[in-house]
Amino acid sequence: MTTKSSSNGSQNKISTFVLAAVYLVIILAVASIIWGASSYYQKTATLETAATLMAIGFIAMALAGYILFQSRKRVAKLKIEQQPILTQIECKSCNDKVTREFKRGDYVFKDGEKCPKCSSLGMITAIYREVKEKEKPVNV
Amino acid sequence: MNVLANLASLATNQIGLGSGDLIVQILSLASYLFIFVFIFYGQRLQMYIMIREVEGSLYKLKLMRDEGRKTAIETIKEIGKPATDPSVRVDRYLEYFTIAPQSMDPAGIVYKLDHILDVRDTRMKDEVKLMAPASDEVQVNNLENTLEAAMALNFIYKVVRHYYLQGKKTLSLYTIMQLQMILPMVMKEAEAYASALKAFAYGQPIGDGAGPLIAAKLMHGFEVRKVPKDCVVATVPFEGRTALVMKAEGPGGNVGKPGDAVKTLIEENKGKITAVIMIDAGLKLEGEAVGEIAEGIGAAIGGPGVDQFKIEEAIMADHIPLYAVIIKEDIGDAVSMMRKEISDAADKAIERIKSVVQERTKEGDQIIIVGVGNSIGVGQ
Repeated sequence: MTTKSSSNGSQNKISTFVLAAVYLVIILAVASIIWGASSYYQKTATLETAATLMAIGFIAMALAGYILFQSRKRVAKLKIEQQPILTQIECKSCNDKVTREFKRGDYVFKDGEKCPKCSSLGMITAIYREVKEKEKPVNV
Repeated sequence: MNVLANLASLATNQIGLGSGDLIVQILSLASYLFIFVFIFYGQRLQMYIMIREVEGSLYKLKLMRDEGRKTAIETIKEIGKPATDPSVRVDRYLEYFTIAPQSMDPAGIVYKLDHILDVRDTRMKDEVKLMAPASDEVQVNNLENTLEAAMALNFIYKVVRHYYLQGKKTLSLYTIMQLQMILPMVMKEAEAYASALKAFAYGQPIGDGAGPLIAAKLMHGFEVRKVPKDCVVATVPFEGRTALVMKAEGPGGNVGKPGDAVKTLIEENKGKITAVIMIDAGLKLEGEAVGEIAEGIGAAIGGPGVDQFKIEEAIMADHIPLYAVIIKEDIGDAVSMMRKEISDAADKAIERIKSVVQERTKEGDQIIIVGVGNSIGVGQ
């Protein structure tokens, strides 16, 4: 079994309403920036007014981008992750321990597994998954 | 007139309306509008944000529930080779419920509950056999566990959806708030069940199998016999004592009835048992390491309490001391595939059991060692 994930396509969609609102905000933000810049260069507005318009535009764009990013992150989270499962075989004659991917029918203390080194019979002594620790160490 | 003039002057000079250019006026108006909106609709806005959060988790729960159902149906088709599509039966199974006995008069409730659980277990097994006629005893147990995990996911999804819809319908901030507050814990448990699905379907050991794994390590190579119900026991020489090592029969998904088994062993060896040592997976607190070993007193066993009651009752007759050794893990680790840390902790736990036996019993004594938990993926 390898690392894989599954997700449901129909639930991965971001709401159309949210998308439409985000795109509208982006359009308005771009318009605000252009308006601010053009009115400053054409001397139809003061520097403060132009700067305010452009600031509103940039803030709105940043907010829209953030909402879009968050929605995509939420979609990406809708996955069931599966980690690889390992079977450890201990050889009875050479006492060597080897691990391989889990196969259906494996269980701890199952006899008759072939040792890949000396081809004599071995036994499954452990079945486990290795977790890469995401948690930060606790210092308190 | 004087008042009006003063107000106009205030609007012009202090608040910002009427002076400056159009943009400044719009911004001033917008900021006041924001203040009023947040004063009167702040709580409602907060509720909508919470509803959105709960909705996101609900989508994930629905995905897990569907995945559970799909895995159960696929596994039944693959292993059980049914003649007809098992989907209808699986859907019916997912909706099964158990009614706990009435507790107004609590006398004798344990045996009533025990009986109800027995009936439930038999009914579930029969249902699985009907769904998957080609499966053997081990596969029936594994399929039953897979369906139980799917059932748990279905139940969690439905309960969360119930409170979400109720909160949305009544616009009750407190219903939504309570749901949102417990959601991280609920999601953690649901995720654990979702990852347990494959473990049960493939017959892989789970974290709860730490107890049976340790018992299996102790009894491996010795003659094993069955004890009621669904348990196995081996007589093992252990540190100069005779240990009756017991666990649920594996490698199928099975917890057995350790309460009945311990009672049987104590009755078989009337007056000879000097200690009972129970090994189980114990819930760790945040900050504790997975696979940490701890030692204590009492019956280390979870579940509805029937087996704990029976064990406590059985040891009381001869006043047998009851010791417990636990392997720490969180709820997610307990129901999902066994982590390496837990597998590695088995040898350390055996060392701890040895020290308990050396310190608390004498040479030549007869003791019982019980590996409590689900034996899925663990033979003997």
